[in-house]
Amino acid sequence: MASIQITEATKSYGNTAVLHGIDLNIQDGEFIVLVGPSGCGKSTLLRMIAGLEEVTSGSISINERIINDLPPRDRDIAMVFQSYALYPHMSVEENISYAMTLRKSPKEKIASAVNGVSSILGLNGLLERRPKALSGGQRQRVAMGRAIVRDPQAFLFDEPLSNLDARLREQMRSEIRKLHRKLNATSIYVTHDQIEAMTMADRIVAMHDGYIQQVGTPLEIYDKPANVFVASFIGSPAMNFIKGTASASGDGYHLQTDQGHQIILPESSGLKDRMDVILGVRPEHLMIVEEGPASLPATVDLIEPMGLSTLVHVRVGQDSLKIFTLDRPDIAEGTQVHVSYIKEKLHMFDARTEMRLESPV
Amino acid sequence: MAYYAKSKGQRVVDWSVHYGLLACYLFFALFPLFWLFKVAVTPTKLLYSEGIRMWPSEMTWTNFTQVMTDTDFPQFFINSAIVSGSTAFISTLIAAAAGYSFSRFHYRGKAVIIVLMLITQMFPLVMLIAPIFRILTPLGLTDSLLGLVVVYTAFNVPFATFLMQSFFDGIPKDLEEAAMIDGNTRFGALVKIIFPLTLPGIAATLGFVFTAAWSELLFALMLVSSPDAVTFPVGLLTFVSKFSVDFGQMMAAGFLALIPAAIFFFLIQRYLVQGLTAGAVKG
Ligand SMILES: Nc1ncnc2c1ncn2[C@@H]1O[C@H](COP(=O)(O)OP(=O)(O)OP(=O)(O)O)[C@@H](O)[C@H]1O
Ligand SMILES: [Mg+2]
Repeated sequence: MASIQITEATKSYGNTAVLHGIDLNIQDGEFIVLVGPSGCGKSTLLRMIAGLEEVTSGSISINERIINDLPPRDRDIAMVFQSYALYPHMSVEENISYAMTLRKSPKEKIASAVNGVSSILGLNGLLERRPKALSGGQRQRVAMGRAIVRDPQAFLFDEPLSNLDARLREQMRSEIRKLHRKLNATSIYVTHDQIEAMTMADRIVAMHDGYIQQVGTPLEIYDKPANVFVASFIGSPAMNFIKGTASASGDGYHLQTDQGHQIILPESSGLKDRMDVILGVRPEHLMIVEEGPASLPATVDLIEPMGLSTLVHVRVGQDSLKIFTLDRPDIAEGTQVHVSYIKEKLHMFDARTEMRLESPV
Repeated sequence: MAYYAKSKGQRVVDWSVHYGLLACYLFFALFPLFWLFKVAVTPTKLLYSEGIRMWPSEMTWTNFTQVMTDTDFPQFFINSAIVSGSTAFISTLIAAAAGYSFSRFHYRGKAVIIVLMLITQMFPLVMLIAPIFRILTPLGLTDSLLGLVVVYTAFNVPFATFLMQSFFDGIPKDLEEAAMIDGNTRFGALVKIIFPLTLPGIAATLGFVFTAAWSELLFALMLVSSPDAVTFPVGLLTFVSKFSVDFGQMMAAGFLALIPAAIFFFLIQRYLVQGLTAGAVKG
């Protein structure tokens, strides 16, 4: 088993810098989920750990041993490629067992390993087929099988479930979790799926433009996003943002919004009078209320019933806000309503740096 | 969808146009071959006396037997087979290695090498005969099959390399990376994963170089004079004497010359089918 240390690792292609000084310490047995928008460098980082991409500067170590120059085969890492990368001239069975065959494992051991994996992944009837005779989801499961059949130091998953339907994805998600609990192998998992990130990760690493924005447990990231990017990226439906200026009132501050409303702000040592602030509020912390002292007038734009919950889109001045509720509000699109918020749950960001302003909650 | 919605009449028209065009092409491409064969089996006495006919009134194999027994043609065939086979093998080997490196690696000077290789393809061969003769003479490579192999290889490698490169480009890099993660060296991945997928490319390159060498006349004529090193295209010219041309034997020899090429393509044709990489990567 392995711990992985990434120290000031950068990657450039010619003059294009793709990763800028990545620092990350991954504990033995930890399940790390990498999230970030397309093109932010997730695959590149994974490939550097696997040894497929040179590290431009900095270092990557496994168990405190720098492995920058170690070829992939000596790193004992299994990887699921974003593109699957199945061997087209081999059957599913040969694809899955290839790594073990290369390592000259005994035949019976290979056979039982392949059997185990194919029943976990539901590939039993497909073992004789070539990849071209498989559906996208089946190919993805073969790619998965090729990795998990091994017993490596670490697993790297590059969006391994992206092509599966919702049910299968849910099922595979729990299979991967179970597998991780059983093998307890260090894993790095790239995904675009919020639910995968939140449910699978021991820690989430949020990336943007080649920088790590925040590292933390799923709830840390959700409850205390370090900056506007993380706040907007994590959470679905996404966080609402309201721009305005802080102004001192009494012993606290309120936000004078650009739309001319006032919102009472929680305490924060970072607040200063006349400071531009971006206020973040999650849809579940807004509610539709009767008119009251701390409510904002709003127009209902759109109502999206989702069965379990309802998403109400409203407009406060020019600001569009989404409200998440478990009720089924009896209002029509176009009506005037009032919106209130849970003050303690507001997130504040310095508009200039977009960094979080800490509040004591 | 639209296709099936067409009326029966329309489909018949489509079908006729489709196959009509194919038939025209085939006729155009195959007629010379037919004519070759027809002249080869026409007795010499009838060749000029019968006028132009699609098939002679009498058929004979004597031209073929004479070519095989009375002339040096068997020797020429063997020479041609040796030269073309070696050229095809060596060129493809070099081209595969070079094409792989062009396709997979970044290194300084790569662009320069590619441009230089392109430049070699720009000169009319005639221009190069004198310098090449000059180079080969002191090396003792004129009048020898080896000399021809060297020259043909040199001329075929650039194009063959570009051909091979495009085949390697068509194989996703992820495949050898996956193989390397699975425990292969880069070379192991090349041999076990990439090579089997490049078989169509290798077959096409072999075929291309083989036919180019098989039918090459200019250099064979200029560089070789002694009969033991004559290849068959040059040999064909021996049927042209000062006073007459023995068309029957020439055509018979020409027809026989097609056989090795046909066998060669028959052997490689199953690798020429495309689509070996289907299913490797998504999208
Ligand atoms: N060979 C290359 N040369 C130049 N730039 C490259 C190269 N490979 C990748 N990049 C750039 O590096 C950046 C990061 O790419 P990467 O594949 O790591 O993104 P990603 O986070 O995995 O995105 P996605 O979610 O779409 O898979 C991208 O902007 C991409 O354009
Ligand atoms: Mg990616």
